[in-house]
Amino acid sequence: MAELCGIVGIGQTKLAAKRVDVSMPGLVREAADRALTDAGLDWRDIDAVVVGKAPDTFEGCMLPELYLADALGAPGKPLLRVHTAGSVGGSTAIVAASLIQAGIHDRVLTVAYEKQSESNAMWGLSISAPFGVAVVAGAGGFFAPLVRGYMRRSGAPDDVGIRVAVKDRLNALRNPYAHLHLADINYQMVEQSPMLWDPIRLLEACPSSDGACAMVLAREKLAKDAPTRPAWVHATAMRSEPTMFAGRDAINPEAGKQAARDLYAKAGITDPRREIDCAEIYVPFSWFEPMWMENLGFAPEGSGWRMTVEGATALDGDLPVNMSGGVLSSNPIGASGMLRFAEAAMQVRGQAGEHQIAGARRALGHAYGGGSQYFSMWIVGSEKP
Amino acid sequence: MADPVKSIVTPIRLEYDYTPGRATSRFLRGIARHCILGQECPKCHKVYVPPRGSCPACAVPTEREVEVRDTGTVVTFSIIRVPSENIHFELPYAAISVLLDGAGIPFFHVVQDIPLDQVRMGLRVRARWVATEALAPTIASIECFVPSGEPDAPWESFREHS
Ligand SMILES: [Zn+2]
Repeated sequence: MAELCGIVGIGQTKLAAKRVDVSMPGLVREAADRALTDAGLDWRDIDAVVVGKAPDTFEGCMLPELYLADALGAPGKPLLRVHTAGSVGGSTAIVAASLIQAGIHDRVLTVAYEKQSESNAMWGLSISAPFGVAVVAGAGGFFAPLVRGYMRRSGAPDDVGIRVAVKDRLNALRNPYAHLHLADINYQMVEQSPMLWDPIRLLEACPSSDGACAMVLAREKLAKDAPTRPAWVHATAMRSEPTMFAGRDAINPEAGKQAARDLYAKAGITDPRREIDCAEIYVPFSWFEPMWMENLGFAPEGSGWRMTVEGATALDGDLPVNMSGGVLSSNPIGASGMLRFAEAAMQVRGQAGEHQIAGARRALGHAYGGGSQYFSMWIVGSEKP
Repeated sequence: MADPVKSIVTPIRLEYDYTPGRATSRFLRGIARHCILGQECPKCHKVYVPPRGSCPACAVPTEREVEVRDTGTVVTFSIIRVPSENIHFELPYAAISVLLDGAGIPFFHVVQDIPLDQVRMGLRVRARWVATEALAPTIASIECFVPSGEPDAPWESFREHS
């Protein structure tokens, strides 16, 4: 790559079930203003804007890239919208980073958001077509059978999902931006919560949130003089695959494995479990923690659940996962991927407050979307690559 | 002064004219005469049901038509207890991923006529069709699947599909 890319500003809104105090433009503006303040910059310092959100029907705002151009300070500048289902927050950040790395722009603002309270994502996700029967009730209906397949394949104890759900909600209590702050969260509470999509319980699933996340990315020469030390992009990777084809392993998808291999190769990582200090990954249903530990090469196939059971993924484990509380604690779908990427960057900048991993030097941000068919990920570091 | 208006409700609706293409058209016409048609990939020899006209894994068109049976195996499932506007099965129901005998890829449907706590991976099922006069070119012509009464399929026989 021609240019190094530094993350010089990060902002996020309070993530909540319903943000009636702001409109959609107000929501994205809140995150963008915070990112600019963090970067010590003004709107006129931005050369281009890259915005991402989930499918339009999820919140009923068609063509948000037109509607929000003004609020994003885009008039007179290049504006791009990125769209890769639930992974979109991650791929949006990667598109923005590539504009810096390619030497096209000096500073890029990237924003991802969702205001789910304004529509019905379940409706947007439950499509009926004459060649298929509408039985998949939302994302949970699609992913629950995969979770069951993973449980059978791996022979994992039945309560791994409960443990992940408790861990991530405890982490969320340290994150003032998180949507769910369940002060009395514990094992029994998750275990006794209703089965929604058996084997997925209510408290093993993500909430539905409003929220936005923004980052300011800059080329090396500008990033090194930023008021707060930047996070440096060491590597990015994206891969996709069709939702359905004969022989597809939807539990451990090839696209995710390929993206991880590519990512580590670009970052010069040969032993990810040892060389990465913490990981913020897209876990909308708790069982996806062990599933993605395997897909990302942190654990051999069939044993990702051991990392959860042994406490390796806890804040004091050898690979803390989802320090912010993760998607299980806040899920404004379009923003969720970028929140993962931003948390990784906050960790290596030492900005994560109560959920900071001491001395984090290299962190992974990860997102996936569709029927586990889009993957985007980056490695960021406190030092230049 | 009255409370300010902070939001208004404006429903949206989408209606599509669906163009199935050649492969899916033949599949849907087959369904209307009580027949489930798949297409075999010339490279990996897996049979796509419903067919889409190509094998994404091998990136080749699929042409050879194969009739598959209306019996199969539940490869994985979920008991759904969440309402969703577009879904018309009464809650709770068992959503299954079913691999028809002769098919190389499973699809989603429901299983009925069995207590929910007995739905399991490996359960053998057969299609329950609508009455002959009600057959139409839509997968809804298969009302649901019901247990076939055969012994369960062994895990190894469907592991790669679950
Ligand atoms: Zn093939």
